[in-house]
Amino acid sequence: MYQFVTGPLAWLAFGVFFIGLIVRTVLYIKGLNWKMDRVTYGVNTKYGVKGAFRSVISWILPFGTHGWRSHPVFTVITFVFHLSLLISAIFLPAHNYILKQKWGVSLITIPEAVGDIMAIAVMIAVVLFIIRRIALTEVRIITTAYDYLILLIAVAPFVTGFIAYHQFFDYELWVILHILSGELMLIAIPFTKLSHFVLFFLSRIQIGMDFGIKRGGMKNSGFVW
Amino acid sequence: MAEGKLCNRKPINTEEELKELMADRGGRKYYEEMESLDVDQDALWSSIRKTFLSRLKTWIEICARCGMCADSCFFYLANDKDPTQVPSYKIQSTLGEIVRKKGKVDNEFMRMTMDTAWSKCTCCNRCAIYCPFGIDMGVMFSYVRGLCFSQGFVPWEMKIGSGMHRVYRAQMDVTTEDWVDTVEFEEEGIEDEYPGMKIPVDKENADILYTLNAREAKHYPEDISEAAILFNLAGENWTVPSEGWEETSLTMFAGDWEGCKMQVENVYDAMDRLKPKRMVVTECGHAYRATILEGPYWAGLKSGKTPIESIHYVEWVAEVLRSGKLKIDPSKKIKEPVTLQDSCNYIRNGGLREVTREIMSYLAEDFREMTPCKDHNFCCGGGGGLNGIGRYHKQRNAGLKVKRDQILATGAKFVIAPCHNCWDAIRDMEGIYKIGIKWSFLKPLLLDMAIIPDHFKPEEE
Ligand code: SF4
Ligand code: SF4
Repeated sequence: MYQFVTGPLAWLAFGVFFIGLIVRTVLYIKGLNWKMDRVTYGVNTKYGVKGAFRSVISWILPFGTHGWRSHPVFTVITFVFHLSLLISAIFLPAHNYILKQKWGVSLITIPEAVGDIMAIAVMIAVVLFIIRRIALTEVRIITTAYDYLILLIAVAPFVTGFIAYHQFFDYELWVILHILSGELMLIAIPFTKLSHFVLFFLSRIQIGMDFGIKRGGMKNSGFVW
Repeated sequence: MAEGKLCNRKPINTEEELKELMADRGGRKYYEEMESLDVDQDALWSSIRKTFLSRLKTWIEICARCGMCADSCFFYLANDKDPTQVPSYKIQSTLGEIVRKKGKVDNEFMRMTMDTAWSKCTCCNRCAIYCPFGIDMGVMFSYVRGLCFSQGFVPWEMKIGSGMHRVYRAQMDVTTEDWVDTVEFEEEGIEDEYPGMKIPVDKENADILYTLNAREAKHYPEDISEAAILFNLAGENWTVPSEGWEETSLTMFAGDWEGCKMQVENVYDAMDRLKPKRMVVTECGHAYRATILEGPYWAGLKSGKTPIESIHYVEWVAEVLRSGKLKIDPSKKIKEPVTLQDSCNYIRNGGLREVTREIMSYLAEDFREMTPCKDHNFCCGGGGGLNGIGRYHKQRNAGLKVKRDQILATGAKFVIAPCHNCWDAIRDMEGIYKIGIKWSFLKPLLLDMAIIPDHFKPEEE
C-alpha cells in the first residue's frame, strides 16, 4: 500500500497538479481579450508590466496594502496559514527524504520541530477561519458548504501528518492517510478554488495591467494598493 | 415571448419612441410592463457564452468568500453593515447565479438583478482595490448592466438616457442647432464683458478641442462661458465642434454597448474632421471615463487611446497654472478650509490624483484631505447614473451618508467637486442633511481668482 501511494499514485497526483496548473494558466491567458476586458495588453505593455509588478508585490507582502492593513488580524492568520502550508509542504525533511529516494533530488530542509509548529499553525488558522466564517455576518452570508470543503481539503494533510509524526495512533495507517490527503489536495488544486495557487498571480497581474495601462498608470507614479 | 410597448428588449432609436417613453411620467406604465417581460433565456446564455471570458469567470470562481471587500463598499457602511451589501454577496447572488443556472432565470430574478446592479453598486471600483485577488465588482456590475439592458430590464431613466444618445448623440435633447445657438448666445454675453473674446466653432487645426456635458448646454450654459473665458485668458488656440461635442455617456451607465460606440465615434469623428492637437474634456468624471478611457475599446481602436491625445479639465488647469499661462491673484486664494472630492472615474480609475493636488496647492491656503482620499476615496454616492434614477432615490440618499461624514470630518465647509455627478450628489446631500456646506466646480473659482490681461479689459469711455 505504502509503495502504491508513494509510487504510481504520487506520480498521478503530481502529474495532475502540474499539468492541471499549466492548463489553467494557458486557458486563463487565452481567454484574455483586449477588447472585452478593455485593456490593451499588447500596447503600452511596459506600463502594464510595471502595474503588474506593483499589484503582485504589494499584495504578497503582509501589510503591503490598504486592504491588508485594514484587516490586521485576518492578515496575520492568512499569511501564517499560507506560508506555513507552503514551507512545510516543500521543505519538510521527511518530504525531501522521499524526494531523494524516488528521484534523487533534495531541497534545503527546515528542522522537524519547525515543521511541527507550522502544522499546528495551519490547524489553528483553519479553526480560526471557520470561526470567522460563522461569527462575522459579512462572511457568513457569502460562505457556502464548498468553502468548508476547501478548508477541509487543505487542513487534512496537516491533521493526518501531525498524528502520524507524533505516532498518536497506528503510524502505518496515518502515514498512508497523510499521503492520500496530500495527494487529494494536489489533485484538487487545479479543479477547485484552490486553483488560486496560480490564479491569484494571474488575476493580480491582470488587474495590475488594467490599472497600469488604462486606469491611470500612464498618468501617475503608479497605483497605491 | 411577451414584451411591453414601453418596456421591451429593443433599444430606442427614434425621437417618436423616445417621446412616448418620456410621456410615461416616472415610468409607471414602464415598470408595470416590466413585471410581465419575459426573459429570453437562450439569448441571455448565448451572450454570456460569448462574453463571459477568463477574467470574469475567474473572479466569480476563485472568490474566497473572505469578506475583505465588505467595508470597502460605501453602501455596506452607509446601511449599517447590512450583509446583503457585501460586494461579493451582491455579485454572487446575481451574476454568479445567472452563470451557475446557465441563464435559466425568471422575470423576478432579473428585476432583482436590475435593482442590485443600479441601486446597490455605482461601479466605483473601490472594492477591487481591497480584494486580494483584485476582483472588481464595478467591472462586473457594468457587465451585468449590459446583460440587463439587452433583456430590457433597465431603469426607466437609463432607457431614456440611452435613447437620447442614440437619437441626439447627447444625453439630453440638444440638437446641433440648439447647441450652436447656445454657443453663439454665450459668445455674445462674454463679448459684452470681455471685448474680443470668442467661442470659435469648428475651427480646424486648433491646439485644443473642447468637449463637454450636455447638461451644460441645456441647464448650465454659464459653465460654457466660464470655460470660454478661461481658455481666452490663457491665450489658448481652441475650438468647440458643432457635432461631436458631447462627452458623457448615459449609454455606459445603461449598459448599452452599441449606443456607447455610436456616441464616442461621434466625438472621434470631430477629431478627424477638425484635426486639433489635443482634446480637453469638461469637469465631468464619467464623461472622461467613457470617451477617453473606455471609448477607444468600444470603437475598436487597437491603441486603446483616443485618435488624438485627450486630457481632463483638471490636467489642463494644472498645466496653465504651472506654466503661468493663467495667472492667479495670490490675494484671492481660498482662505477658508476647503476639501476636494476625488471623482472615482478619473482619480481611482484615471490616475489624476497628483495633478488635482497640484491645483489645490495653487488655489487654496488651507486644503484639507478627506480620509480616505485619492485612489482610495469613496464614491460621492451618486455615481453610475444613480443620481438620476427616481426608483432608487431612497437608496441613493442613504448612501450619501458616507460622503457626508467624510466631509464633516475634514472641518471644511467648502467642497471643490470637479465632476458633474459628484457636484449633484453633494448638492442633494446638502438639501437632505443640511450640514451647511458650499460646493463648486473649478471654473467659477478660477474665474474669480484669475488676473485679467489688459487687452481683455473694457476700454475706458
Ligand atoms: S475580498 Fe475578494 S475574494 Fe474576498 S469575498 Fe470579496 S471579492 Fe471575494
Ligand atoms: S464597485 Fe463600489 S459600489 Fe460597487 S460593490 Fe464595489 S465598492 Fe460597492
